[in-house]
Amino acid sequence: MLTILFDGVAYGMLLFILAVGLAVTMGLMNFINLAHGAFAMVGGYITVLLMQRAGIPFLVCLPLAFLGAALLGGLLERTLYRPLYHKPHLDQVLFSIGLTFMAVASADYFIGSTQQIVQLPEWLKGRTEIGEGAWMLGMGHYRLFIIAVCAALTVGLQYVLAKTRFGSRLRASVDDQRVAAGLGINVNVVFLSTFAMGSGLAGLGGALGAEVLGLDPTFPLKFMIYFLIVVAVGGTSSITGPLLAALLLGIADVAGKYYIPKLGAFIVYCLMIAILIWRPQGLFVRQGGKS
Amino acid sequence: MKDSLNPLLVSRRWKPWEAVLWVVALVSPLMLPGHALIINEIAIVALFAVSLDLILGYTGIVSLGHAAFFGMGAYTAALFAKLVMPDPTVGLLVAVVVATVLGAICSMTIIRGSDLTRLMVTLGVGLILMELANKLDWLTGGADGLQGVVMGPVLGRFEFDLYGRTAAWYSITVLLILFVIARRIVNSPFGATLKAIRDNRLRAMAIGIPVTSRLAVIYTVAAGMAGAAGALLAQTTGFASLDLFEFHRSADVMLILVIGGTGWLYGGVAGAVVFKLMQDVISAITPQYWTFWIGLFLVVLVMVGRERLLKPWTWFSRGGKA
Repeated sequence: MLTILFDGVAYGMLLFILAVGLAVTMGLMNFINLAHGAFAMVGGYITVLLMQRAGIPFLVCLPLAFLGAALLGGLLERTLYRPLYHKPHLDQVLFSIGLTFMAVASADYFIGSTQQIVQLPEWLKGRTEIGEGAWMLGMGHYRLFIIAVCAALTVGLQYVLAKTRFGSRLRASVDDQRVAAGLGINVNVVFLSTFAMGSGLAGLGGALGAEVLGLDPTFPLKFMIYFLIVVAVGGTSSITGPLLAALLLGIADVAGKYYIPKLGAFIVYCLMIAILIWRPQGLFVRQGGKS
Repeated sequence: MKDSLNPLLVSRRWKPWEAVLWVVALVSPLMLPGHALIINEIAIVALFAVSLDLILGYTGIVSLGHAAFFGMGAYTAALFAKLVMPDPTVGLLVAVVVATVLGAICSMTIIRGSDLTRLMVTLGVGLILMELANKLDWLTGGADGLQGVVMGPVLGRFEFDLYGRTAAWYSITVLLILFVIARRIVNSPFGATLKAIRDNRLRAMAIGIPVTSRLAVIYTVAAGMAGAAGALLAQTTGFASLDLFEFHRSADVMLILVIGGTGWLYGGVAGAVVFKLMQDVISAITPQYWTFWIGLFLVVLVMVGRERLLKPWTWFSRGGKA
């Protein structure tokens, strides 16, 4: 049972890293971006291809995945996303679906539709077991690694958001874009760097998750719904909301699949709808911000 | 006030070109006997798009889960034909009723919240139904789809033939009937309140329009029409599969509607014709990667501005408003 909880936490942390960029960009620009999974896929493919073709070690690939996805994110933000911030939501949905379709088809074309496999280094392959019987805790080393990396990232993000000058600018822009701009904050630069950051984190998450979630060209479509659940349930105003939502989702998904495999993803969707009917703005909403 | 001055009545009146259009549609299976199958598909997709137009174009609800009702109608019609009786008209009615009931239940979920919440909830309903159809394999055939559906003749007289001519006429007739109903709805005072809700919800509330019940009613009606479209597809192809609930179906129908223009009933019909022909041509060139071109089309469409697509003369002038 503890093992399931552990796996659920690892899965949830991974989802959080994948989705946090989406939460911030959605809260910041009120932009419904369904193409977020595409950045995660880019990160995943960068890692897989670098490891397979160039033989670069896994740990070096992770920052590269981050950089690649962040660069791509920044580029797309500047060229394609920016004109759409003030368009209706329907336009944004159409645009990002189109982008996702293109990403899926091009990945299929250039790399092939087969599932990619990540060769983990030796020291991440093992498994440690503690305790006995029903309370046995089996920890895959790789999952432990994921939790450690994601926890470090979360603490880092929280620090940046709460303590640094950039963080306060970002929070000001999220709360009220116009007033922030009026106070001399260059909102466009804040948007650009945040979008690139978010895409980079998604790329890193995709790289880390390639082994756990599987990586094939349909990745952006398959996991789009999960990212959106995290954001919709967690709310977009803080990063603790999405974190808790991601953990909840991860644990519910792993436990649901383990205990009631017949119902599969059913539980997660029902849970989401119930929560959203109960609290349409998400579970964790901060008062006072502009919604 | 004179009738001719009342805008509601003017837009309600049938125009000559509309009659011509429907006559052409009804004659088309005779004129192009080799293409009856694709005409049938176009009619079904057009009906699906018109039903989405009621909620998206006229009421402004962005829904990514409209395929849920489409699939529900299809499975109901297929199961009804297989287990109860093979008569298509009765099956169609049953499918519409079931999809309508489902829509009425789901309409409770879309009343509250922001666009994002609504998007998620509609998407979630579609995924739940897909999961259900997948797991209840004793009833629905699971991932293999529901096969071996044999339909009886339409109205007891017209057998479905191999070339799909009966199917095409059947679908076009149903499309026409439901189109007339939809046209009647959007041009009624009820339809005018829907547009008011779309344009400014707060003001609509302030002048005394019961927003919640209007949203629920139109969502339910649209669900029933989508169910009819699904039923037509299942009946004319004799097959229902999980693919009907897929996300890309909801996305496709949204694209169709946007190609043709939202907030205009013929938009759905025009979009369906363009989309199906485009799909036919592109997938003949690159069968595997045609989603790329669809995606590119969507991106370009949004960048150019969707209202400009139908007005080519504005393409090269820098728009003042955009």
